[in-house]
Amino acid sequence: MSNEAVLHTHSDAAVHEVHGDQSHEHHHHETFISKYVFSQDHKMIAKQFLITGMFWAVLGGLMSVLFRLQIGYPDATFPWLEDILGKWAKGGHITPEAYYALVTTHGTVLVFFVLTAGLSGTFANFLIPLQVGARDMASPFLNMLSYWFFFTASVVMLSSIFVETGPFSGGWTAYPPLSALGDASDGSKTGMDLWLVSMALFVVSSLLGGLNYIATILNMRTKGMSMTRLPLTIWALFFTAVLGVLSFPVLFSGFILLIFDRNFGTSFYLSDIFIKGVALPNEGGSAILYQHLFWFLGHPEVYIILLPAMGMVSEILSVNSRKPIFGYMAMIGSLFAIAILAFLVWAHHMFVTGLNPFLGSIFVLLTLLIAVPSAIKVFNWLTTLWRGNVRFTPGMMFAIGFVSLFISGGLTGIWLGNSALDIHLHDTYFVVAHFHIVMGVASMFGMFAGIYHWFPKMYGKYLNNTLGYIHFWVTIAGAYMIFWPMHYEGLAGMPRRYYDYSIWESFKQFTELNRFISTVAMIVFATQLLFLFNFFYSIFKGRKVTVLNPWGANTLEWTTPLRPGHGNWPGEIPEVHRWPYDYGKDGQEFISQTTPVGADESHH
Amino acid sequence: MTMFLTIAVVVLIFVVIFQIAKASEYVSVLKGEDISRKQNNKVNGFLMVAFLVLGLIGVWYCNKLYFGKTLMAQESASVEGARVDSMLWITIAVTGIVFIATQFILFWFAYKYQENDNRKVFYFPHNTNLEIVWTVVPAIVLTVLVVIGLRNWFLFTGEPPKNHMEVEVTGKQFNWIFRYPGKDGAFGKKYYKNIDDATNELGLLWDDQLGHDDVITTTMYLVKNKPVKLIIGSRDVIHDVGLSHFRMKMDAVPGIPTTLWFTPRYTTNEMKEMTKNPNFVYEISCDQMCGNGHYSMRGVIDVVDQEEYDVIMAKQKPKYLTTFPEKDPSKPVDSVKVAAKMAEPATKPIAKL
Ligand code: HEM
Ligand SMILES: [Cu+2]
Ligand SMILES: [Cu+2]
Repeated sequence: MSNEAVLHTHSDAAVHEVHGDQSHEHHHHETFISKYVFSQDHKMIAKQFLITGMFWAVLGGLMSVLFRLQIGYPDATFPWLEDILGKWAKGGHITPEAYYALVTTHGTVLVFFVLTAGLSGTFANFLIPLQVGARDMASPFLNMLSYWFFFTASVVMLSSIFVETGPFSGGWTAYPPLSALGDASDGSKTGMDLWLVSMALFVVSSLLGGLNYIATILNMRTKGMSMTRLPLTIWALFFTAVLGVLSFPVLFSGFILLIFDRNFGTSFYLSDIFIKGVALPNEGGSAILYQHLFWFLGHPEVYIILLPAMGMVSEILSVNSRKPIFGYMAMIGSLFAIAILAFLVWAHHMFVTGLNPFLGSIFVLLTLLIAVPSAIKVFNWLTTLWRGNVRFTPGMMFAIGFVSLFISGGLTGIWLGNSALDIHLHDTYFVVAHFHIVMGVASMFGMFAGIYHWFPKMYGKYLNNTLGYIHFWVTIAGAYMIFWPMHYEGLAGMPRRYYDYSIWESFKQFTELNRFISTVAMIVFATQLLFLFNFFYSIFKGRKVTVLNPWGANTLEWTTPLRPGHGNWPGEIPEVHRWPYDYGKDGQEFISQTTPVGADESHH
Repeated sequence: MTMFLTIAVVVLIFVVIFQIAKASEYVSVLKGEDISRKQNNKVNGFLMVAFLVLGLIGVWYCNKLYFGKTLMAQESASVEGARVDSMLWITIAVTGIVFIATQFILFWFAYKYQENDNRKVFYFPHNTNLEIVWTVVPAIVLTVLVVIGLRNWFLFTGEPPKNHMEVEVTGKQFNWIFRYPGKDGAFGKKYYKNIDDATNELGLLWDDQLGHDDVITTTMYLVKNKPVKLIIGSRDVIHDVGLSHFRMKMDAVPGIPTTLWFTPRYTTNEMKEMTKNPNFVYEISCDQMCGNGHYSMRGVIDVVDQEEYDVIMAKQKPKYLTTFPEKDPSKPVDSVKVAAKMAEPATKPIAKL
């Protein structure tokens, strides 16, 4: 089907070109609906993904503030909480049910809706056609559907918050039997049905998007744009899409079996269960099977989140160092290695489930192997800065912050990947610190870097720089203050997903620290609102962009008009003559990809 | 009211920040973008080193405050856990060095190579030798870590020494049930459909004679220096036996028994002295999300020496006898009834372990 779609659009694009040559204006008739709502323009779809993602980021962030209130101030009461949460905060005190619902929804929406849809949905849509030199995606229609499936998934997820028994509350990993049995927890009743429906819709959205990105990158590059002349953003988005297309269906199958177990009496995951005074008839199922299916997506998922950020950071570091990215081929090679290995390490999340020890040892080996391509990337980024001429645009600051966070979080992966250490650290706050730094915050930084860097192209305006700098410094300092001390809590054995530690002799020594962390979390959250304000204010009132190429970058998106219409280039699509990283070559500050190679140009 | 005030203050701060930001944008337009960019660059370049220095001080300070509250400051309470600790130290050393070096390079480069009109950028797209070095060196270091790790891993997951004792641990929402095999050293069979919360919380099959001396407790008693193998299961959802003082943990999965072994090396009383905490107890924390009471799923382990253990165990009555008091040989019973009871279950098939 996708083949057909591609072929179809090819001819379509050809027609566009002819049209474009004469005049851009008569294009087609655009109504408000077709321009802003059911738009098929990849740039508009990108903005839709971005703004929906922002909505979820605010909601998910707010949830973390609420549950951090409980952890930071377990004895205090907040009457206003009861006003907004009702029975979920009786007496101004968040209940355990509400706490777990908040944690679960926070995790789910941040991983999937913000950092998958909001991040790769936005930038894959925005950058792929612009940077490979295409008028739009291979199938603009499927692309539009991809957004609307995401939108529907969002609506369903949102509605689950309002059901009587509450949203799903068994953790974002949704392990059965807890997630399979309404009797095990109220959140596993209607809330879980809605969670599953929402996630199923989300998988469809990801697949539609991913197939489109792959088809576009492989088939619709402009003349001269060989694969090895692609910007690293595109390579990263390409591997991201491949990971998603190959692993989301496995998650989907896991969910289908779960739906069967929940509703149709099958026993895929259920066996030997006695709950609420009743012995269930199910025998012979394996609860571990779900974990394999889940983490077969779950691990690639962390790279689905991270790779687009890596790609954008590579691009932004190079542009603002005014220097080529160091080791372009090694960067592609390491992306490739990470993409392959991402499929071969999933069971490192399952070392203590009773996994066969020999199998466990293989996964230790493969997991620590991933650290090698990760190390290559870090050293290459550092070398890119070396002897450059660094401009601290807000985008650049976030890119540097990304590298710092990726180092900090990646190194603790080496601890966790070694099963004999994981047996001690698994499911403690150490894991929370690890994955928030390396995946959560780092990818958010990649996303911010991308927004600051491409905002001029998206909206024809600049974001306010001063607000950008404040945003950066508060966020990076805050992120470290929140997550760094959590390593210590983890090293004390403090388990994650606990509502209250006061009954525990072993874990109650951190009250002060927990309060500190919660306070910083609130400040950081408020700073994100500042960014949000900057974003929306600047769309309407920001300083206007007056030059085509404000950062002096080489890639194709900066050869489009200030506010490109549907089709991107009014005339012919430019031809590409070189790789995108000729910065500082032969004394020239930058040489756009569209500049033919000169006769006396040096070779590298 | 305080809520209102807080919001008002926050909004005020926002407005002030916004006004400053707006003003500085106007100024930068007036001054010319080039000049203001260069000024911003200087400020942020300085902040980069400032962040590096303050950050490293923060790392040190955090360690000063909290190291003593972690388990790193306590000796492992199990022989095997000591290996976890030593591995932890090696890993900290390796990753710590890399952490400091790379963070230093990152922020230092950012500062040092900030924009300067006189600098000519070094066109340096790749260098094969460098790239080989930083592929091979991490690979070697990681291999060493893997070898250390896997040796420990195979020890931990291998067979326990012959002289070990066994305890069965069963998780349920939201507490733990412990079973000892009794004098015969063997557990009787059980089947989950026999579970009855009032009389038979594990679903023991009474037609299995091996189970007649099995003892069920709510505290886990272990013997100092005697390896113990836990046989772990769950009655409902997945739980996890978290033993942070022993540096061990293992999931409790319904339908799939798992095992874990270790050797306690300090009694609870010795730990009270070593940690200078008179309230010290070995706690079992549930480490796998299991429902709304997950955070309260606490178990207690009492490590004692052999004599004390024998005394404690002598006082425990087998579950069979508490369920059928009439079978208790220490009490007079009607022998006919016993014979009838014993004969009857033998005809029932034993469905499952
Ligand atoms: C150097 C590379 C990395 C290694 C060796 C590594 C290793 C691990 C291991 C072994 C765990 C399981 C820990 C446990 O459950 O106790 C884990 C957890 C996790 N990691 Fe990583 N990781 C690496 C990088 C990343 C990256 C780049 C991301 C994200 C983009 C990431 C995201 C996560 C997440 C989300 C979890 C939590 C899973 C849960 O819910 O328990 N990791 N990592
Ligand atoms: Cu993983
Ligand atoms: Cu639990």
